[in-house]
Amino acid sequence: MSFRLPDGGCLIDRSQPVAFTFNGKRVQGFRGDTLASALMAADRRMVGRSFKYHRPRGIMASGVEEPNALMNMGEGGRFEPNQRATTTELFDGLIARSQNHWPSLGFDIGALNNKLARFLPAGFYYKTFMRPQWAWKHVFEPIIRRSAGLGQVPTKPDTDRYEYFYAYTDILIAGGGVAGLEAALEAGRSGAKVLLLEQSPYFGGRFMVDDVEVDGRNGPAHITYLLDEIAKLPTVTLRSRTQGAGVFDHGYALGFERLNDHAPTASGPRHRLWRIRAKRIITATGALERTLNFAGNDKPGVMLAGAVRDYVRLYGVAPGARTVVVTNSDDAYRTALTLHAAGLEVPLIVDSRPQAGALADAARQAGIRIETGHAIARVNGYKHVTSVEICLQSGAGNAVETVACDCVAMSGGFSPVVHLWSHCGGKLLWDEANAMFSPDISRPPTNQHGEGFVLPAGAALGALETEACLASALAAGRQAVDEVGQSRAGDTAPRQVRAQPEAPMSPVWAMPANAPYRLRSKTWLDFQNDVKLTDIQLAAREGYESVEHAKRYTTIGMATDQGKLSNINGLAVLAAALDADIPAVGTTTFRPPYTPVSLGAIAGEAAGKLFKPTRKTAIDGWHESHGAIFEPVADWRRPYAYPAKGESVQAAITREIVATRSAVGLFDASTLGKIMVTGPDAARFLDLLYTNMMSTLKPGKCRYGLMCNENGFLMDDGVVARLSEDTFLCHTTTGGSDRIHAHMEEWLQTEWWDMQVFTANLTEQYAQIVVAGPRARKVLEALGGMDVSPGELPFMGFVEGKLGGIKARIFRISFSGELSFEVAVPASRGLLLWNLLLQAGASHGIRPYGTEALHVMRAEKGFVVVGDESDGTVTPHDLNMSWAVSKKKDDFIGKRGMQRSFLTGQNRKQLVGLRTLSDTEKLPESAHAVENGKAIGHVTSTYFSPTLGHPIAMALINGGQGRLGDVLDFSAGGAIRKARIVDPVFYDKEGARQDV
Amino acid sequence: MLLLKCPYCGAKAEETEFSGGGEAHLSRQKSGSTDAGFAAYMFERRNPKGVILERWHHAYGCGKWFHAARSAVTLEVFGTYSVQALAPPKDIIAKIRARLPEWEEKK
Amino acid sequence: MFELSTAVELEGNGAVLVARHAPVGMVTLKAGLNRAISAALKQSTGAGVPPKRKIRKGIAWMAPDELLIFTESDPDALIRELDSRITAPALLADVSDARAVFTLKGRGVRDVLAKGAPIDLSPEAFGTDDFRRTRLGQVAVALWIPAPDEARLICLASVGQFVFDWLVNASQKDSLPDYFST
Repeated sequence: MSFRLPDGGCLIDRSQPVAFTFNGKRVQGFRGDTLASALMAADRRMVGRSFKYHRPRGIMASGVEEPNALMNMGEGGRFEPNQRATTTELFDGLIARSQNHWPSLGFDIGALNNKLARFLPAGFYYKTFMRPQWAWKHVFEPIIRRSAGLGQVPTKPDTDRYEYFYAYTDILIAGGGVAGLEAALEAGRSGAKVLLLEQSPYFGGRFMVDDVEVDGRNGPAHITYLLDEIAKLPTVTLRSRTQGAGVFDHGYALGFERLNDHAPTASGPRHRLWRIRAKRIITATGALERTLNFAGNDKPGVMLAGAVRDYVRLYGVAPGARTVVVTNSDDAYRTALTLHAAGLEVPLIVDSRPQAGALADAARQAGIRIETGHAIARVNGYKHVTSVEICLQSGAGNAVETVACDCVAMSGGFSPVVHLWSHCGGKLLWDEANAMFSPDISRPPTNQHGEGFVLPAGAALGALETEACLASALAAGRQAVDEVGQSRAGDTAPRQVRAQPEAPMSPVWAMPANAPYRLRSKTWLDFQNDVKLTDIQLAAREGYESVEHAKRYTTIGMATDQGKLSNINGLAVLAAALDADIPAVGTTTFRPPYTPVSLGAIAGEAAGKLFKPTRKTAIDGWHESHGAIFEPVADWRRPYAYPAKGESVQAAITREIVATRSAVGLFDASTLGKIMVTGPDAARFLDLLYTNMMSTLKPGKCRYGLMCNENGFLMDDGVVARLSEDTFLCHTTTGGSDRIHAHMEEWLQTEWWDMQVFTANLTEQYAQIVVAGPRARKVLEALGGMDVSPGELPFMGFVEGKLGGIKARIFRISFSGELSFEVAVPASRGLLLWNLLLQAGASHGIRPYGTEALHVMRAEKGFVVVGDESDGTVTPHDLNMSWAVSKKKDDFIGKRGMQRSFLTGQNRKQLVGLRTLSDTEKLPESAHAVENGKAIGHVTSTYFSPTLGHPIAMALINGGQGRLGDVLDFSAGGAIRKARIVDPVFYDKEGARQDV
Repeated sequence: MLLLKCPYCGAKAEETEFSGGGEAHLSRQKSGSTDAGFAAYMFERRNPKGVILERWHHAYGCGKWFHAARSAVTLEVFGTYSVQALAPPKDIIAKIRARLPEWEEKK
Repeated sequence: MFELSTAVELEGNGAVLVARHAPVGMVTLKAGLNRAISAALKQSTGAGVPPKRKIRKGIAWMAPDELLIFTESDPDALIRELDSRITAPALLADVSDARAVFTLKGRGVRDVLAKGAPIDLSPEAFGTDDFRRTRLGQVAVALWIPAPDEARLICLASVGQFVFDWLVNASQKDSLPDYFST
């Protein structure tokens, strides 16, 4: 059994009880506990079921590497699956549920898989569910989906807030253990800006639980000393609960801060994603203990030796009353001594090495029995450990003794956390003596200057022993100071360390060495994804020799823990099976983030109303308060129609069109791009930019223009007004304003920089309002102040003045085919003008109209819309607009492109109008024209025209301009609709209405 | 994510302030050019494993286009320079050669 | 010209007060920024061309050929005056209505801005006359920090409401990282 010790636990506050629930039952812990330590204190060691075989699983670790204790955490909008109990700080009201079992943790139907384990080897899915083919979709996949997976998917929207933070620093240190703190102090004393991130709530790491003495201080005292010294340095920032999660190009690093996970009722954001730029990054990320590969090493009660020590020392919790320690190295002896000192039984230390080191003497002196050259043959017990069978390490697992125990503390040595070093390309070396990969500091990741920018320190460098660890940390701090261009404040003297010397470890990849199949097939490598020793051996036999292939075939290292415990063991087993050296087999790629980062943190503040900026015009508020329904156009929202209460959208559109065609309509055109182009060479420049001639435009006049890209394809259109000899105002489409301005600047800067031309995007300076319809002029006249008579303001002209007291420019241009004025005023006056026009037009029956009415009216007139009739593969010629492509100009953007043979052929898709044979059924959007079984074109715009009383459409049809009068078939969701090719100008072909 | 210095406004900024514009030093083929010349100008891009000369736009900053010389392998930036230069300036070529003595600018 | 009393929107419940100004007079000048331009500017506004990425006396350096002039007088009058003084080719345009202008006040203004701007906003790197065009989250902005506890920001008017909401969200109490010592 596991239980709370009567005293001890440097992180907990026994005066502050904290209540939480686990699987619906009330449990109590203390402030400072993790969920894992509190569960263990309450003797709840079995905390989940395994992924594939549904075996009972218990807490194995005390930190981020925990593979088993994953929880469904919280409820409703705060529910989150796969949360590690070992890194979850306890708080009042915490709700946790174990995962991957049904109906309950104690009784789980899925555990049948365990009995069938021999039929579920690596690659089981690939081998088994091949035939019959239909069965995968209808039988196998639904069953597997129901039984597989760990946590549940949240069903409610996340109620928390998240954010980013951009931080620049000279030196970033990942890890707040002793190495990180030593480096921070050494570097900070120089005045360099230092940011240190520690993933847990406390600093000090292993120094809190290892018995060392530094400069006469014990471990925790030395940490306190370092923190006190660092606090005096103004340029050093320490952040706890913040993990250095990833290292990227050019000194970019991600920090993942968990602000309120431990205090969910607090205000403020839950997580913050730090986006950090550092000149140098010190990775002081420590090392992770490895498991040992013996049968039953996954049973609840089998734990990492270091974790056992953590629970006793940090949380005052005994993981068991009677613990067998099994190890291939010295560190586990510290655990044995810790347990002994806490008054707990340690019946035996099983050491696979022929000889143990000095720490063993200390254990012996404490009266602990040690068996060297021995191994665990198997662990007995189902829902928790009851005993272990001891055998010779060199043998085949014949038990020489069975030792009763309720906990096994194992240590297979340590692996430096090289993740951050490796994320951006740092290379690794195989350290034979410690059987681990450590950073090859001669091949670091390099930055924009071609310099190494990551400096590993301490255990993360492979310096596992205290003296070397501290020395490397001070050295890293100093090197970073030099490399960021600061001057050192005087070096700290080497720390005086008193610690027991450690004997060499001896790698053990199979325990015992010659374990038979029956033991190997119960020996786990990857606990979270349920990969066993035999699975890797099978993969090797089946030809998966590359470590990356073997990983994917067996799924080792692919769970949410990304193989933190399993990678090296799996690699070593694979190497042995292939009879290759470990470094020759290599590691899989370490990819960021180090541990999962919440999706909320990745999204940052971009949720809800901050999801994406919506551009709004100066008149938007009026539209909204007058019932407009909106449509997105580029980043803008524009009124689509203004249905009255109880009116259908279609009826509103019809009403708006009828009002405009018969009286007068009002339209907010503020979103159209307005780019000022000025300078002595402005006309010459616009001649290059537009396909048609702009230099011949007279000041005071407007001209419709087309722009193509170098391919000769239409990219934008709009009306150009020549304000003066040197100054033009170019109107663009709504979506084109930023793009076309950028396009102009690109050509001016990169190709025609000899031209004296300046451009400015003035789109938002003006509100632009269209007054269109037979009575439009009367409305403007009612407002007064400007002469808009045909003589003063003819079609395609513009005038400037004050309209109703507002400074205005009035263009006489028409996209509806009606008598039409576009009035531009400073945006801040836009709403005023809109209201004045409504007032002045009231007696004339003025009505606002939306984008859909506009589209119907322009289609009735056969006007194209860039993006409807064009799709990036259409030339002006294809759109019957050869008249707008100058033959006189030597050059314009797109001229050469249009000359290519495939763009000059006669059978290109060409713009036509379509008149449906039916007077009621319109063609579907994008319907294909089909002839002799082939698609020969498609519908680009289709509407019901209230003006004409029948449907109209425009289409791009192969050779369409030569096929006037032909009747074509269009596919309409299985049915065929017939339409005749006609002139696309359906209404007022002579243009009499706009020219009055 | 890259850090680049805009040679026009002098700002050192991260990649999200810029937008990339592809290969640098292409010469525009106008009306009258051959089909092969036009195709090369429009579509044929080199993708060397090594030094790349490329165009960047300081889209969120001063709005200027510029050129950068960069290693596509190590992401080392040898320098940024005027968009109106027809080739990298001498100091940037010297920096490239210091790292890759064999390097020649391909025309 | 940045009086908070004229703000059209103001939110002060958070750690930092956010105010959106009523339209502020702004004129864009694009030209070769040479001595003659500087002299013309000085005559009209009392200040010449500021150094790169600086704002001095209400004139902000936007690009090597572009300035933004803040003015309390009529922008049209200023444009006419400058136009008469500048002989070289130049573009002058009133952009007062095209942009939204914000003031942030409070100890944490750098913290708030650094949640969205990917630049070094530490006082050592970004002083009181520095002016930077960059982005704030997904929006193009220009910003400066004229006093220790005060920042100003401009963006396109069409996203003014979005940016106001963004700033209010970022300046809620208990949400400042306290990274800058100011």
